[in-house]
Amino acid sequence: MSTPATTDYPKTWKPPGLITNPLMRQGVTALIVFYILWSVGSLEIDWTRVSDGLPRAVKMFSRMIPPDFSRWELLVKGLIESVQMAFAASFVGMVLAIPLGLCAARNLVPKPVYLVARGIMVLLRSFHEVIIAIVFVKIFGFGPLAGILTLIVASVSFISKMMAEDIENMTPGSMEAVRATGASFPKFLIYAITPQVMPRYLGVSIYRLDANIRHSTVVGIVGAGGIGQVLQASFSRYDYDFALAILLSIVALVFIGEFFSAWIRSKLR
Amino acid sequence: MTLQEHAKRYPEVWRRFNPRETLIRYAWYIGIAFVAIWSVQQLDIPWIYFLDAHIQAGDLLFRMFPPDWEFALEVFDPLIETIHIATLGTAITFVIAFPLAFLSARNTTLNTTTWLIGRFILVTSRSVNTIVWGLLFVAIFGPGPIAGICAIAARSIGFMGKLIAEAIEEIDEGPVEAIEATGASRLQVLWIGVLPQVLPVIWGTTVYRWDINIRESTVLGFVGAGGIGIILYSSINQFAWREAGIILILIMIVVIISEFISATLRKQIT
Repeated sequence: MSTPATTDYPKTWKPPGLITNPLMRQGVTALIVFYILWSVGSLEIDWTRVSDGLPRAVKMFSRMIPPDFSRWELLVKGLIESVQMAFAASFVGMVLAIPLGLCAARNLVPKPVYLVARGIMVLLRSFHEVIIAIVFVKIFGFGPLAGILTLIVASVSFISKMMAEDIENMTPGSMEAVRATGASFPKFLIYAITPQVMPRYLGVSIYRLDANIRHSTVVGIVGAGGIGQVLQASFSRYDYDFALAILLSIVALVFIGEFFSAWIRSKLR
Repeated sequence: MTLQEHAKRYPEVWRRFNPRETLIRYAWYIGIAFVAIWSVQQLDIPWIYFLDAHIQAGDLLFRMFPPDWEFALEVFDPLIETIHIATLGTAITFVIAFPLAFLSARNTTLNTTTWLIGRFILVTSRSVNTIVWGLLFVAIFGPGPIAGICAIAARSIGFMGKLIAEAIEEIDEGPVEAIEATGASRLQVLWIGVLPQVLPVIWGTTVYRWDINIRESTVLGFVGAGGIGIILYSSINQFAWREAGIILILIMIVVIISEFISATLRKQIT
């Protein structure tokens, strides 16, 4: 019955991993382990402070419960301000994204224009919203204006990137057909580009509206208006029960926004 | 067909939408414009600020020049710390999101209760922003990178868990049935039937989230959660624009490099 154990086939079977070369796989694993050791070692972590944290967390959460909705007027005002900021920014962002998106499509514009537009997009995208917000707060002062401008910057870079990619992936057929009729450039845009890009553009814009609602809740932390400003204030006053009320409202708002955006996008499709 | 009917069916000028569709479309445009205008009006924006905005912005750029290159050496360590926060946060996320995704996918979860628990954790994690998580963890652990790492992990769990769970729900059931037919245990089915199918998605999402986290960790310092944000915040507050300028340039370089690494790795994986 027993077969001679001369074959080199393994006795057990293992599912193949992502990296098939065993040497490479072990190398990557070693690298990861080494990195984690190095990074944990180099971070200046006050372990006693961290171990103090657990009872502190328990205390904090016990002070958070029950959430205090008694100052709901302040809360609602902040939430509405956030939503208004998101709406205004999404609208302006949508409009401003069109020229930038067109200029960033490789098949539409000459190379120098394309490079400049892509450069602007990379520049805008590489900074986190909060960094942009703090710079705008310094220029325009505290308040929702800085928040709106921040969200506009974020919206423009996002929508225009999506739009440019969309135009680049278009089927050239209808573009050639419209060009062949001798259409001028504006007509070319209206009859060749718009019908193909419009549904996705609207979808991306609606998604951005939802993202702006989410981000409008944080730009306030550096003083750019909205509910984030209220949240930051309540945290710095150790007003934890009110903070929880704000957090719950933000979660609810984000939820509604996401639901709304998913609903409209399913309609658009 | 009379001449009128013919003219109606084949009009001289071609239009994409009929009048009714056009009307509805314009109604939508007006509605959107109305909401936007209402929002702007309600916010009491001091338009007067726009008059000298270009001067202010120009002034700001002017003050950033020339960048203080010697300061770059000083912020080198915090910059590395920022990258560490992002990477360690992502590593923790990976460890937690991995089982959580299996719990939150309808076809691999144990029962409805566990599925609901998984989904609830994912939704909570996702709907609170990284910076707000940062506020929370700074209150718990005090200022420093630990709070930052926890904040990054807390926000990323929802993101990665959701994407991986969606991938698990879309797997090919064939291999799973085949493994089940061999009499494998539940864990073996997951390990051999499901996991290899979603492995590229898991690694892809991890790398993608790492790239996002690099960007997020640059601002965690604003709430005291470690990294370069602390120095950036204080530079801006002291109007030390030459220092702020150099930090912004460094952040941009790091973000662009990490984006490049992430894109290259993802191309390799998928």
